[in-house]
Amino acid sequence: MENEYIIEMLNITKEFPGIKANDNVTLQLKKGEIHALLGENGAGKSTLMSILFGLYQPTSGVIKKNGKEVKINNPNDANDLNIGMVHQHFKLVECFSVLDNIILGIEPTKGLLLSKKGAREKVMELSDRYGLKVEPDALISDISVGMQQRTEILKMLYRDNEILIFDEPTAVLTPQEIEELMKIMKNLAKEGKSILFITHKLNEIMAVADRCSILRKGKYIGTVDIKDTTKEELSRMMVGRDVNFTVDKKTATPGETVLKVENMTVPSKMHSNNAVKNVSFNVRAGEIVCIAGIDGNGQTELVHALTGLEKMTTGKITFHGKDITKATIREKSRSGMSHIPEDRHKHGMVLDYTLEQNMVLQRYWEKEFQNKGFIKNKAVREYANKLIEQYDVRSGQGATTIARSMSGGNQQKAIIAREIDKNPDLLVAVQPTRGLDVGAIEYIHKQLVAQRDKGKAVLLISLELDEVMDVSDRILVMYEGELVGQLDPKQITVEELGLYMAGAKKEEVPAEI
Amino acid sequence: MVCRMSINNLNSQNPADKKKKNKSGVTDLSLSIGASLICVLIGLLVGFIILLCINAENAGDGFLRIIKGGFFMAPKGVGNVLAQTAPLIMTGLSVAFAFKTGLFNIGAAGQYTLGALGALYFALVLHMPWYVCLLAAMIFGAIWGAIPGIFKAYFNVNEVITSIMFNWIGLYAVNEIMYKGILGDMYDLKTTRTYSLRTMAPESMIPDCGLNSLFKTRSTTIAIFIAIFIAIIIYIIINKTTFGYELKACGLNKDAAKYAGINDKKNIILSMTIAGALAGIGAGLYYLSGVSEWNPQVSTTLPAMGFNGIPVALLAMSNPIGVIVAALFVSHISVGGAYLPTKYYQPEIADLVIAVIIYLCAFVSLFKGVILNAVAKKRKTEDQSGVERKDGKGATK
Repeated sequence: MENEYIIEMLNITKEFPGIKANDNVTLQLKKGEIHALLGENGAGKSTLMSILFGLYQPTSGVIKKNGKEVKINNPNDANDLNIGMVHQHFKLVECFSVLDNIILGIEPTKGLLLSKKGAREKVMELSDRYGLKVEPDALISDISVGMQQRTEILKMLYRDNEILIFDEPTAVLTPQEIEELMKIMKNLAKEGKSILFITHKLNEIMAVADRCSILRKGKYIGTVDIKDTTKEELSRMMVGRDVNFTVDKKTATPGETVLKVENMTVPSKMHSNNAVKNVSFNVRAGEIVCIAGIDGNGQTELVHALTGLEKMTTGKITFHGKDITKATIREKSRSGMSHIPEDRHKHGMVLDYTLEQNMVLQRYWEKEFQNKGFIKNKAVREYANKLIEQYDVRSGQGATTIARSMSGGNQQKAIIAREIDKNPDLLVAVQPTRGLDVGAIEYIHKQLVAQRDKGKAVLLISLELDEVMDVSDRILVMYEGELVGQLDPKQITVEELGLYMAGAKKEEVPAEI
Repeated sequence: MVCRMSINNLNSQNPADKKKKNKSGVTDLSLSIGASLICVLIGLLVGFIILLCINAENAGDGFLRIIKGGFFMAPKGVGNVLAQTAPLIMTGLSVAFAFKTGLFNIGAAGQYTLGALGALYFALVLHMPWYVCLLAAMIFGAIWGAIPGIFKAYFNVNEVITSIMFNWIGLYAVNEIMYKGILGDMYDLKTTRTYSLRTMAPESMIPDCGLNSLFKTRSTTIAIFIAIFIAIIIYIIINKTTFGYELKACGLNKDAAKYAGINDKKNIILSMTIAGALAGIGAGLYYLSGVSEWNPQVSTTLPAMGFNGIPVALLAMSNPIGVIVAALFVSHISVGGAYLPTKYYQPEIADLVIAVIIYLCAFVSLFKGVILNAVAKKRKTEDQSGVERKDGKGATK
């Protein structure tokens, strides 16, 4: 019988001392199909792909290509077997052109000199064939994220790869770009390429994949045909229970203005332009205001200036009627502002501290936790245990676990517990669900809404369209450092929001509501 | 974005690491100690090989002398080891303390130099009691440590560069001051050194409480106990106080510290000031014990005691209690090296052994891995029968 599968990973088990990252996992990729790999954080997807890419050796199990057993000892072997991967974070040389990046590593040479003519023709031919529009001579640093991704795909195609792995490829794209990527993926599959598609996003799987394999806690749960399944079933298989996709919430009843930002301008660290340009908005008690936008449009700088991590050039911040423009981070925190930072490893936690030490990161100096400069270990432990239980933060050794060894989802839960338990009047949550699985996302959304229902103000900064639409009461769209739209999530469509985010649509935003 | 990738990596990697620790039952502390011991053993082995190469006949005897250290000439040698250890603990603490805040205090030598000036000035010129002299040494050192700290905090000048510069500025300035008698008469033309405290300022000597007669030495004082006491205090500051919590947060993750509202500028300056104070006390303990006198004419070498603080801190992995042990060990080996028969060997071989050990410290994490693997393998072979049984069961099912 002609072999149906191009790549088979059969009964793969990968044991790290003490833990099975993959436990008897089987993944069979048919030729010309788009096969999604779905699983929660820490379910073993990365380990499995690392094995396929030759970065790890499986403890047991075999890998077959076209029915023949193969050994993949390193990424070069993977390359020889025509396996290519688009990493979540592109591996491109910023100051090289698109063409240079594509041929990097296998540069065609004539004597000692590069000869790019043939390469250029091949790249252009591939680009036409698969509809991957790129400008071969543009520098990577000058082109859009979408084009960078197309460059990555061309890199694989240029190497004649047949098995293409996409690791969470849509995380950084706009809705329009995502749609285009979906088309490209379908195109590639039609041309006979086989695609492994790693993602958290069920909508995308439903839209593009032929089949889907699900992992949970390192175990293989099953493979399903997408046409015979539903989003609900997929999430049940992934999480092991029913997940509620829509956020249950009542209509907001906004009260008085808690935060007022006027004419904020923040310089950029990357370029000479301002990252935030004369932005004004306010947030009222009992509402969730969401700043939507594509990554890198000034949201980070806005939050940093607001919370005090960065200085702004001009502008005024009023909090509860008090001018806090010049207040320090500690003063802002004390006056009732909480901040769930964008980067949980950079700002959110001291990773080499224990969980309990991290739990008091914003409060260790309070009377409750110190006496004459000596930390009250018992009080800290009790407080940490309370939060761990209340917010269901899971870790190996409870309060004494080193934060670094915890999973991303639980680190995030710990940060959220810490920030919400401060009972802040304003909660600034930056991408609080970034990289988390549906179960954790559901939980965090509930917490944000609960905070709102208690009459607190929430400022949410998000890149995820679903989150923007579901959680917020009012949307502010940020594009190139400016607020370009104030929208009501109940009245607009995702597509329209996408147009604002991409800068195609613009309107004056009233500073006052 | 890069961070997000590392999140994924950590997610997949670290549960494994953690469990690793759990299952093998090796705690981090014992692991660190074990790894340090491996460094020490390999260092000694290299020293022995070098002794063999230079002179095979006497290598065994020479090696034994190094190993025995101060005990080769007990009790006098032991007394000497203790006298050497006290200042070394202090400079080791100085470097270790700054390390905790993520700063590399390579300027301990300069701070030590200033500390020496402070101690000798208050003793020889002002004739103050020993504890006042010690306090002066501490303040002089603290000032010299604070300056690089201020530069780092406010102008973001790398503390390594500034400290190195301040080492030499301090050295030449102190030599000049002592030689020319700018602050008062401290220089003895006959010995070409500063005046001996024993004859000129006995009231400024640190008391020995009978230790000198016990060890039959002249300079074994309670300095060692002062140093150990301070090490314990530093341990408490680092591990039990909010100040220590802030310092470590700054050292481990500056951004998170800032996010938590910790004043990183203040902490950098304080950390360097305290580091300088510790090094200054080290000089005080050394010169006020009368171990030797300052020689302003040998002006091109920085005091070794200052630099040896770095290896001590490295060997101790910046743990204040570990610093005590590491300083004892380094002094022990150095004194042992001095007892090598000079006919065949140079006493610097002891320094070489220490250097090899320090160099190997860079591989500590590697050795940790070696230990873990060894333990894991042992467990595995022990568990093997059980696993097979389990597998058998599964198959029959």
